[in-house]
Amino acid sequence: MLDKNGIAKRIAQEVEDGYYVNLGIGIPTLVANYVRDDISVEFQSENGILGMGPFPIDGQEDADLINAGKQTITALPGASYFDSATSFAMIRGKHVDLTILGAMEVAENGDIANWKIPGKMVKGMGGAMDLVASAENIIVAMMHTNRAGESKLLKKCSLPLTGVGCVKKIVTNLAVLEVIDDGFLLLERAPGVSVEDIKVATEGNLIIRGKVAEMSV
Amino acid sequence: MIRKTVANVTDALAGVKDGMTFMLGGFGLCGIPENAISELVRLGVKDITCISNNAGVDDFGLGLLLQQHQIKKMISSYVGENDEFERQMLSGELEVELTPQGTLAEKCRAAQAGFPAFFTPAGYGTEVAEGKEVREFDGKMYILEEAFKADFAFVKAWKGDAAGNLIFKGTARNFNPCMCGAATITVAEVEELVPEGELDPNQIHIPGIFVQRIFQGKDYEKRIEQRTVRQK
Repeated sequence: MLDKNGIAKRIAQEVEDGYYVNLGIGIPTLVANYVRDDISVEFQSENGILGMGPFPIDGQEDADLINAGKQTITALPGASYFDSATSFAMIRGKHVDLTILGAMEVAENGDIANWKIPGKMVKGMGGAMDLVASAENIIVAMMHTNRAGESKLLKKCSLPLTGVGCVKKIVTNLAVLEVIDDGFLLLERAPGVSVEDIKVATEGNLIIRGKVAEMSV
Repeated sequence: MIRKTVANVTDALAGVKDGMTFMLGGFGLCGIPENAISELVRLGVKDITCISNNAGVDDFGLGLLLQQHQIKKMISSYVGENDEFERQMLSGELEVELTPQGTLAEKCRAAQAGFPAFFTPAGYGTEVAEGKEVREFDGKMYILEEAFKADFAFVKAWKGDAAGNLIFKGTARNFNPCMCGAATITVAEVEELVPEGELDPNQIHIPGIFVQRIFQGKDYEKRIEQRTVRQK
């Protein structure tokens, strides 16, 4: 089974040379730590920077330089700043190659819910609705089950939706899955996790074709 | 040159009244119009509608206006950092319209650029789309979103001049340029008001035509919300 860093490490393998990548808050933010250093990648943060670098060295924080999670960051050589409308022109206009974000629920038709629990939590969608409605290459990073042990890969989302039919790939602590026409196609198992474990943890239709390889992380 | 300079924040906010709609720049606490917010608190205007990506934190930014119960309605994309906000929202004191961030930016830009509305895919099939016109273009579904209408836009820039030309710094730019010229009156506060002719016209982010009043801001706290560092 993977921990959060393990999920980030596996997703980092999906990042290709020349990609502009938008990372969501939480596990997705960790992906930047594991991208191969022999490829050229630029990270976009929707509050207005391309070419985002690591956190600043202690004492060098700049209040005017943050990421979408409001954390202090740095800018790498070649970075640029822009306003929010331009930022979402990059996203809506499909100029960003890969979007990695977290989710509370994903349905077997690719629907995603990650912004609201009625009566409990209303923080807002931030940029998530714009991202999922426009990006062609979306990877969801999340735990396979919630804290109560219930599956987050469902036949149908129970929470208010963020977007419809948009998720293509999911990396969880148990598996890598692809959303295809009739459900979740199981691509890889996490180390030490059996197909049976994944079946039990998946409420939506799980499709198994032949022998499922264990992922290398 | 058409001069936009006013003496101070009080002159800059002349005409602000109860029940008005304001746009406020900033992302989190980054690039917020600190002086304008303080003056709104001092004036005590009530029943206002605020268009702002976030709602500040409990004791800073728009949180200061929430504390005084001055806000009737918030239009934002993300409001997760403010307990008082959540309390007022759940108790029904505060009306909240959550809007996807890109749509929020574009509703400002549309107002600035004279578009009454635009189609966006963001929110299609979700509760955001309820009651909105839906149209298909090239096999993809879009919803119709209307431009904002606001009385004042309060923005914060790094440098500005008497003509109202503005330059922003880092990610403090965010929603500020989108809101300039998107309301009846745009008020810009700047960290440094420079003598005319000092800004290079090639480097100006917002031309002064989008700004009605500009003033030298003071006492900027520029609070950091999530101080995150690495060791050397």
